[in-house]
Amino acid sequence: MPPTSPKLPKLQISWQAWFTGLMFSFMYLPILVLAFYSVNESAVSAQWTGFSLKWYARFFHDGRIQQALLDSLKVALGSVSIAAVFGTLMAVGLSRYRFLGRDLYQNAVYLPLIIPDISIAVATLVFLAAISMPLSMGTIVASHVVFCLSYVSLAVSTRINSLDRHLEEAAQDLGATPFQSFRLVLLPQLFPAIVSGCLLAFVCSMDDFLIASFTAGGGINTLPMEIYSRIRTNLTPDLNALSVLLILASAFAVLLAEFIRYRSEQKRAI
Amino acid sequence: MPRSSWTQRLEPYLMLAPAGVWLFLLLILPTLMIFQISLVPDIKPGDLVNPSSLGNYLEIFDPIVLWIVARSIGLSIATTVLCLLLGFPVAYWIALLAPRRWQNLLLLAFVLPLWTSSLLRSYAWISILRPTGVLNTILSFLHLPTLDLMNQLPAVLIGMTYSLLPYMVLILYASLEKLDRRLLEAAADLGAKPLEAFLQVTVPQVLPGIAAGVLLVFINAIGDFVNPELLGGPSSMTAARLVYSKFLGASPDWGMGSALSALLIMFVTLSIVLLLKYGDKNARTL
Repeated sequence: MPPTSPKLPKLQISWQAWFTGLMFSFMYLPILVLAFYSVNESAVSAQWTGFSLKWYARFFHDGRIQQALLDSLKVALGSVSIAAVFGTLMAVGLSRYRFLGRDLYQNAVYLPLIIPDISIAVATLVFLAAISMPLSMGTIVASHVVFCLSYVSLAVSTRINSLDRHLEEAAQDLGATPFQSFRLVLLPQLFPAIVSGCLLAFVCSMDDFLIASFTAGGGINTLPMEIYSRIRTNLTPDLNALSVLLILASAFAVLLAEFIRYRSEQKRAI
Repeated sequence: MPRSSWTQRLEPYLMLAPAGVWLFLLLILPTLMIFQISLVPDIKPGDLVNPSSLGNYLEIFDPIVLWIVARSIGLSIATTVLCLLLGFPVAYWIALLAPRRWQNLLLLAFVLPLWTSSLLRSYAWISILRPTGVLNTILSFLHLPTLDLMNQLPAVLIGMTYSLLPYMVLILYASLEKLDRRLLEAAADLGAKPLEAFLQVTVPQVLPGIAAGVLLVFINAIGDFVNPELLGGPSSMTAARLVYSKFLGASPDWGMGSALSALLIMFVTLSIVLLLKYGDKNARTL
């Protein structure tokens, strides 16, 4: 006799659960397709023609893509580092001081997340042309700092609002200078928020195509710009391996950010 | 306390000035310049002295351009409706029906694809939708007629819905999670059918969330460049693509591009202002 119980409780799965499952497969279908192509022998056929890692090997020998990846990493690291410092200072400053135009300042921080990228890109180009600033990697970094500031300062502001202000006051009562209390009391508490804001800003900077292509000088080619031109010219199979690696990297960054945020919340709960 | 008064007075500036100056120089000032340039016809890069007029805005009333703007708006509305219809049941299930300890993980898993490169997401849809792609291979395997969706509006719609669905689910989830379940139980006790309870108890409570989600998806859809450009082909020109081509295309026209871009900014800002007003009213009545 088969070891199945005839009286299994009837599993009720709501239609919402089925639908959510369907939507999950919708969200992951494109990623699975890319993964499928990246290890498929044939680059053009949608049918399985055998396992192969040759696209990955080709990716690691593709100098142009590696140069573009390097440029993108430089831009992202540069703009995120600047935004980390200035964005944190801004968020702390906004929480400490009341001044004329404070609301305006605070709303300006949200603008990069609201205004379409194309409008920001165009405006930045016009501005740089008006002050006849030669386009270079520096101009990409400068324009990426704008939206990175939003991510960092929003993450930090949210954290500040949930902190105990008395700790800093206590430190100053005990003789710490304002700078010491900032560095030794406030900063460690803000650190998880700064890191998770920076990781999100980093992912966005690595992904930006529009702003970079309007502010890049000749010779600078960020990864999204290279990917765009390869998609435009023809469907080159080199992209499949690259996309799987990039997707894994950004998923890792986002999960790391989420994990840091989660841990800091757990710690606070204790 | 050893605290000199000048450092005390300087501190606010040290904290707020760097980011403030940066935002002013590279966001506020450029945006104001776009508004200014949009009023100067026949502008060349660098000169800002031509007489102002509304000529660039009148160019938008060219039937071809109007048609492009209308297509952008239509496409954005369709994307928003699709995202709402597809996203609501997902957010509902994760927030109210899924096991409690899995909720955060499920939500994170659902929005994770949002963080992959937008260009590569479009590229993946090209691989699926192109004539010899995954979709048609499956369809012909099942002896069904193949579909030619690439380089047409349906492909753009699929790509945009795919890209923006996670936003909708995130916002609806945040709103549904706060839902007062006791009201639902009360409605059931008082004899309401599930559909009645849903329409009269659940929907009014999450209406602010729906409004916020709709707005967020809509403004992202109207500004989307990558999906229409890569999936739409020449036949699905949108406002964002037109702005791009007026600056980086073969025949640049900064004035008209700026006018269109300025309209885009005003449109998006107006929607936000309307939502804030509408949202407030909603909060007041509750």
